Amino acid sequence: MKLNKFAYLFKEGVKSIFTHGFMSFACIVVIAACLLIMGNFALLALNVDYNIELLEQENEILAFVDEELSEEEAREIQPYIKALDNISEVEFVTREEAMERFLAEQDEEDQEMFSDLSASVFRHRYMVYLEDQSLMSETTAAIAEVDGIADVSASLELSQGFIVVRNIVSIVSVILIIILFIVSILIMQNTIKLATFSRRDEIGIMKMVGASNGFIRCPFVVEGLLLGLLGALIAFFLQWGIYSLATDGLAGSTLSAMISVISFHRLMLPVLLVFLAISLLVGTFGSNIAIRNYLKV
Amino acid sequence: MVSLNDVSMTYRGGAHAANHLSLEIQDGEFVFLVGPSGSGKTTIIKLLTGEVQAEEGALSVNGYDMRTIRRRQLPELRRTLGVIFQDFRLIEDRNVYENVAFAMHVIGARRREIRERVPYVLKLVGLEDREKRLPRELSGGEQQRVAVARALVNSPRLIIADEPTGNLDPAKSLELMLLLQKINELGTTLLIVTHEKELVNAFSKRVIMLENGSVVSDGTGRYYGNETE
Repeated sequence: MKLNKFAYLFKEGVKSIFTHGFMSFACIVVIAACLLIMGNFALLALNVDYNIELLEQENEILAFVDEELSEEEAREIQPYIKALDNISEVEFVTREEAMERFLAEQDEEDQEMFSDLSASVFRHRYMVYLEDQSLMSETTAAIAEVDGIADVSASLELSQGFIVVRNIVSIVSVILIIILFIVSILIMQNTIKLATFSRRDEIGIMKMVGASNGFIRCPFVVEGLLLGLLGALIAFFLQWGIYSLATDGLAGSTLSAMISVISFHRLMLPVLLVFLAISLLVGTFGSNIAIRNYLKV
Repeated sequence: MVSLNDVSMTYRGGAHAANHLSLEIQDGEFVFLVGPSGSGKTTIIKLLTGEVQAEEGALSVNGYDMRTIRRRQLPELRRTLGVIFQDFRLIEDRNVYENVAFAMHVIGARRREIRERVPYVLKLVGLEDREKRLPRELSGGEQQRVAVARALVNSPRLIIADEPTGNLDPAKSLELMLLLQKINELGTTLLIVTHEKELVNAFSKRVIMLENGSVVSDGTGRYYGNETE
């Protein structure tokens, strides 16, 4: 396509946005609304997932060291545990520290009862954090094999519980996002179709004076792209505002101690890119599909 | 040149839109195509512009064989034609100049050519002082002249006018026909589909009469209609 012809068609697409102001406005609003609904849900799912991940990380394995080993010998085991697969972090806890932690967890009455307790009843131990909770039983078995480790304690049931919850959240979010995506495409396509329907005479005239399908399609596609782009930018800034409001609201509430929120600055770029990609895709395909029927004459 | 040889076409209901129809129109001719409603006039226009395809027979328009023409060749064919409709079919949100220039943009004409050609054609149809007006700001006669200018601007070999005077009063109709005659004298072939007997009779041109999808008379002079004259 010649440059001056493309410039003309691009100009036509831009002009058309203003000429059909109301329909353009409707398209932008629909695109922005659909993206916002999808965005809010996706961000909620991401945060749920993030919080589950944090809880998972707190689910550690306790590896008790053989009683006969001295503290120094017990500490020498750490690199062997760290070298195993799926280990995220290994923390050595002496028997004295273990006792302190144990007492700290008791209420006052029990603390008194255990006041004469000697640290020698506790063992040196390692708190082991995993990268992937689903491999907990394999990792537990591997730690038990390390020389100097007498026993391993792990909450396998809790770990399984987290995995089930995460899987359910992931599946439900993916299904809902897919449904919302399809609904958004249908709404957007219908809006563009409606906008195109009002211009079917114009398309008929174009055909009759010898316009090729590409020539007719180009301004509509340019228009669809620009409307999509505007819708995506509006949705992005609204999403930013809504997310910040929700985050600020949560920070001031009692829930803030229990719930962690991913900062929007970490999500900004992916959100913008996903919004742009979806809207440009929908704008291009939506306008193409919408005018397809009128190009058959 | 237009040539239809034994062309037939039937609509879904079984009505013959074209029934073993044969006719030829030479370059430079001025032809009226007349006949009652449902006689097949509109079908002929659709066949000539490639909107529908004949089921039988041979049909060629300006060198394009309509039996073998591909869909992507239709724009090329239509650029050799100028079509004028009864309802003008102007783009409402574009002014007179833009409506005419639009047809030149479609064929990829350069801006300079457009700037030179559009005012020339508007002057030819007597609308040189209406360039900036929108279609709704013009009278019916003026709107039809914009449609004529648009049909003419790419110098087509054949102009097809479908009931061009259908929405005009007798004085404006005559004015338009005189304009079309002038265009014909400049070398463009004209095929005018009309019902208007008085108008046809006012010009001594070739008249092809259709009935039930067939040519029932073809000669120079008068539109006899169903009457015996």
